[in-house]
Amino acid sequence: MNAEEILDREYLQIRASILDIAAALDRQDRADGSVEDNRRRELLQRGIAILATDSADRVAQVQLLFSREYDPNWREV
Amino acid sequence: MYYIDPHIHMVSRTTDDYETLAKMGCVAISEPAFWAGFDRGSVDGFRDYFHQLTEVEPKRAAAYGIQHFTWLCINAKEAENVSLSRDVLKIIPEFLDCPNVLGIGEIGLNKNTPNEATIFQEHMQLAVEHDQQVLIHTPHLEDKYQGTRMILDMLADHTSMERTRILVDHVEEHTVRHVLDAGYWAGITLYPVSKCTPARAVDIIERAGKEGSRRLCVNSAGDWGPSKPTAVPDLILEMRRRGHSESFIRKIVFDNPRTFFRQSKHFDLLDPATRNEG
Repeated sequence: MNAEEILDREYLQIRASILDIAAALDRQDRADGSVEDNRRRELLQRGIAILATDSADRVAQVQLLFSREYDPNWREV
Repeated sequence: MYYIDPHIHMVSRTTDDYETLAKMGCVAISEPAFWAGFDRGSVDGFRDYFHQLTEVEPKRAAAYGIQHFTWLCINAKEAENVSLSRDVLKIIPEFLDCPNVLGIGEIGLNKNTPNEATIFQEHMQLAVEHDQQVLIHTPHLEDKYQGTRMILDMLADHTSMERTRILVDHVEEHTVRHVLDAGYWAGITLYPVSKCTPARAVDIIERAGKEGSRRLCVNSAGDWGPSKPTAVPDLILEMRRRGHSESFIRKIVFDNPRTFFRQSKHFDLLDPATRNEG
């Protein structure tokens, strides 16, 4: 499939996914209390920012964002 | 299309699921030992479980024309209990000659702790001593990248085992290249919540290319949690919709797992095209 065909096929699904994320963030903001300083909320914001880049490897970047760090010297720690 | 599900936990599924899998074209499955949803209290609990995997499930599967193979171990989550793990390791050799046992698995890491790493290494030693293939579980979510890299570090210690006899499972976009580049087989798990969708799995296969996908398998990991035992047919459909050839799809869902499993002396797959003739 070419890019146009992929967009045709997945447009509504992606639109729905974006709406789900927007609604979830609105829901948090509408609720009592605040998650402004919450690390996980910050990670979500950074993940969303990765989507807006032109990188050809957004999915791996998002995966690494949500991953614990690997220390090559882990056996000595 | 005939296919093999190389990682599915049928002890957690109903007989109706066996029937559905058969109707979808599944001709063989392999079932690694895993966490039952609770920590077992004694080695006898594992002995009973190994009997279930080597005696009961093959009969349930055969009733629907599906060949059942299995892997034995104490899983990474319960491996945190080192004393119990060592007791379980002692009984595993009792079952290694059962006709459906392919090797040791699914060993691995869960929270990447020192105890888990200790028991992983002891399983690897057992596999080497008994000339067994190995199937490896990698952690989920935020622990996956770190845990996968730690597992690859530990596997490098076992130079006497050929890397092509080891499959590192549950790879995703950020771990697949590390596993394939190191020379191991990689498994992609299709799972609705914590793992990979069929569309993302096909993306991984496409990015690996023909060469990289020579050592890629795809599985459903159907178990007692939210999971879909017919996830492999979902992947077949996604590949067809993207225009992949039938021969390439068959390579991913049938030829590849068969090639990996054939390295075990107990893997004797009947030809699905002729198995009931003559």
